[in-house]
Amino acid sequence: MISKTGEVQRVAGPVVTAIGISPRMYDVVFVGNDRLMGEVIRISGNKSIIQVYEETTGVCPGEPIEDTGQPLSVELGPGLITSIYDGIQRPLPGIMDLQGTNISRGTSIEGLSRTKTWKFVPAVEKGTSVLPGQSIGTVAETPHLEHKIMIPSAFKPGIISEISEGDFKVDQTIATMDNGQEIQLMQKWPVRIPRPYSEKLMPDIPLITGQRVLDFFFPIAKGGTAAIPGGFGTGKTVTQHQLAKWSDSDVVVYVGCGERGNEMTEVLTEFPELEDQRTGAKLSLRTVLIANTSNMPVAAREASIYTGMTIAEYYRDMGLSISMMADSTSRWAEAMREISSRLEEMPGEEGYPAYLSSKLSEFYERAGRVKTLDHNEGAISVIGAVSPQGGDFSEPVTQGTLRIVKVFWALDTKLREKRHFPAVNWLNSYSLYSETLADWFSQNVARDWPNLVQWAVNTLQREAELQEIVQLVGSDALPDEERLILEVARMIREFFLQQDAFHDIDSYCKIENQYRLMKCIKDFNDRISVALGAGISFDKILGLQSREELSKAKYEDDFDGYLDQVMEHLQMECRLWEESK
Amino acid sequence: MKVEYRTITDISGPLVFMEATEAVGYGEVVDIHLSDGTTKRGQVLDTSQEIIVVQVFEGTAGIDHEATVKFLGESVKVNLSKEMIGRILSGAAKPIDGGPPVPPDKRQDIIGSPINPYARARPKEFIETGISTIDGMNTLVRGQKLPIFSGSGLPHNKVALQLARQAKVLGEVEEFAVVFAAMGITSEEAQVFMNDFERTGALKRAVVFLNLANDPAIERLITPKIALTTAEYLAFELDMHVLVILTDMTNYCESLRQIGAAREEVPGRRGYPGYMYTDLAMIYERAGRIKGKKGTITQIPIISMPDDDITHPIPDLSAYITEGQLIVSRELHRKAIYPPIDISPSLSRLMNAGIGKGITREDHNQVSSQCYAAYAEGRELRSLVAIVGKEALSDRDLALLDFADEFEDRFVRQKEEEDRSITETLELAWDMLSKLPEDLLTKIDTQTIKKFHPKHRSENKK
Repeated sequence: MISKTGEVQRVAGPVVTAIGISPRMYDVVFVGNDRLMGEVIRISGNKSIIQVYEETTGVCPGEPIEDTGQPLSVELGPGLITSIYDGIQRPLPGIMDLQGTNISRGTSIEGLSRTKTWKFVPAVEKGTSVLPGQSIGTVAETPHLEHKIMIPSAFKPGIISEISEGDFKVDQTIATMDNGQEIQLMQKWPVRIPRPYSEKLMPDIPLITGQRVLDFFFPIAKGGTAAIPGGFGTGKTVTQHQLAKWSDSDVVVYVGCGERGNEMTEVLTEFPELEDQRTGAKLSLRTVLIANTSNMPVAAREASIYTGMTIAEYYRDMGLSISMMADSTSRWAEAMREISSRLEEMPGEEGYPAYLSSKLSEFYERAGRVKTLDHNEGAISVIGAVSPQGGDFSEPVTQGTLRIVKVFWALDTKLREKRHFPAVNWLNSYSLYSETLADWFSQNVARDWPNLVQWAVNTLQREAELQEIVQLVGSDALPDEERLILEVARMIREFFLQQDAFHDIDSYCKIENQYRLMKCIKDFNDRISVALGAGISFDKILGLQSREELSKAKYEDDFDGYLDQVMEHLQMECRLWEESK
Repeated sequence: MKVEYRTITDISGPLVFMEATEAVGYGEVVDIHLSDGTTKRGQVLDTSQEIIVVQVFEGTAGIDHEATVKFLGESVKVNLSKEMIGRILSGAAKPIDGGPPVPPDKRQDIIGSPINPYARARPKEFIETGISTIDGMNTLVRGQKLPIFSGSGLPHNKVALQLARQAKVLGEVEEFAVVFAAMGITSEEAQVFMNDFERTGALKRAVVFLNLANDPAIERLITPKIALTTAEYLAFELDMHVLVILTDMTNYCESLRQIGAAREEVPGRRGYPGYMYTDLAMIYERAGRIKGKKGTITQIPIISMPDDDITHPIPDLSAYITEGQLIVSRELHRKAIYPPIDISPSLSRLMNAGIGKGITREDHNQVSSQCYAAYAEGRELRSLVAIVGKEALSDRDLALLDFADEFEDRFVRQKEEEDRSITETLELAWDMLSKLPEDLLTKIDTQTIKKFHPKHRSENKK
């Protein structure tokens, strides 16, 4: 029998060295008299190096260490939705009940409530032979979410020998198999190991976010990966919040990793009030929150990303579409750097550990559209915010991320200063899904969708080129056609790209409306082109009433009705020109 | 009885290394008795069964192998009491105003435990500072942490003082206190603050912690933590609204780097320790509101950016933690505009929660976005004018150019004693916006324009 308890040999910040235990890598251990939770991150001779998830002040050499023999795991089962956890799945409301308003140390609370009962409805009968990952029944976790109870994937195949409908607590047995395995509503899974699936599929359906610049120009697919890098204040968090609010996913896992406490409070107070576009239920009824703010222990911050991902994978396995937001992956990388430097590892670029980019790839690779073990289709779309130091995209975390993700939404400080929000730079950003998703858009929204996108991209591209000339000679020196390009590009930027996250109506723009609005801008362009050809002076164009009206379309409740009027007005104004000739 | 040990082996910079003779806790406080009878305080940074590393707050000068070390068995604590208000204390909370020691109504660990995000209440009470660029464009709310980024030679201290003097919540009379923590500032600068506090009577409601430029650098590492522990006591136990001014955080970070270097740690960017983000967060995140408690903590840290470089790690990491930033600009200062707050790079993240209908005015958000956009465009045109001259500009561009000038001259500029109400600020903005062609006001919706645009308002009256 291997010894399970040892003693503390050295303490330096969150890193503790223990002797007298022989754990496996990534085993969870309890440190000291206060039983602080930690994880073995290096084994060197008879010493085990442990990162501790809690503040280590007061821990002395000689205090006991207990090895649990288990890796860091999360509890998966009904009750995850609407929960708010810290980085290692301890419910924050529970911690508050125990400890008051501030978080002190040494609490251990279960991730799922042991007292609440759930009504289990079996989907298979006694005598059915079942495989790991197969669903054997459901629990209505929310009015809109059928939570499938699956055979844990570590189980062996077998035959159901007993199963019954009824109210159960998460740790009660709901079914037994002929080989003696007992199934509960809850299962556990180690966070650092991806949950299995049967095969990966190509992502070819867009994740509609209702954000014009994202859906129209740089769409992300369900099961895709995106990065939002941007200096401070460029709106990473607002964009993440918008995606959490509006994206058409079944479940949203939001990981606040090393960010501001007040921002988490915003999510906590707003989400229970806002409605889910698809179901009309409260947004909180599809959300799992993980909040490990910047002042909470750094090792738990490192774990929070994995905790979130494992919960997302669990819901994916039920055949659902999940959005996972990680805000911010830079804080996660910094947590790795901090631990690495305490371990006195040889640093790579900017002090980050040399394994940074492989950790980033491993994480993003857990996203994707898959066929589950139960032969359903599930998807996890991952959107990671990146906070580059000094807004410099050449730093290791941004670069390491860009090598993996397929969508790049570059936030721009210059745009932010002009209050152009969302401050997504339309020249630097890209989406590698554009082509695969074009089919979907032309079939489901409009045939000419790809052409319209291309037209808008070209116009903005031309604007950028012309701007360089304007900087030298002023816009008056340009011919009328080119001034028109500048004007139309300006309309695209201000009427279409800019979107007010805090405006009741503008906050979400339906995909059909996005198409219609851009189409109107193009119609405007086409009509004016004709008018210019007929000799109308450019200055008259700027005075068009209908142009000004078009600028407000995005704020209108009756979007189609309003645009009909605007376009009629434009036609009338053009006719007046012709008559006046 | 605590035993004293004479086992110091190495002394290096601010650190003392000693052989371990008993189990000492990480973060424990130690007293070091020198042979000349003085006592210095330190803290355990690294503890093992062989070696203990202690950082000495008051500097290692005079410590030798003969010095004895006593472990106190507790982490760094501070005495707290309501009596602290009106007092001037050192960076380590010792009285330096000739008064008696602070009575220990409560003894509290200075590290403080993180506020449970679930226990936080959302900051939303508008603080009227009377400064247009803040109230109108970068609104401050109670419980926010909004730093002032500045550079050497700029009047950030004046701005901070004006803020401390004028900040108020509309229609409320509540207990209000200022906690002022100076880290490594010169005695002249400290004098300016003290004089102003005395002149305006602010000292009567302030707790002052002074760690001056010639005080031990390592002491600076505990000064902001002591100040915030005090603020937490006043806010969450005595129900006061506390404004914490921390100046200058750059000096704090320098001390942090010094310790890191002495411990031979792997440095991060520009030699600052890799954990500086976490360390700063442990300070800044101690602002906010808590459900069910009356008091609040609002933080205004002052950071002087080395070489006015906002990408320097200190301002950069700070801005990633704080809820926005106010930028004091050298360009505006050169134009003799006070307060020289440059709105373009400035930001208040909690602004939206603290403005709008029922709090300030329904048009506030849109007016502010519009001013931002128009000012940014006007400024961009300035560089164009420098090349092609005004003649090449369209009427629309000229209007924007004028807007930018007028904005700086009338909206940004105000007197040191001038306390503008939020209505005055918004009216001033409308007055300037109304000179722009109306089709440029794309950030304001039609209803709002009809209701607030001076032109339409006079029409409405007719």
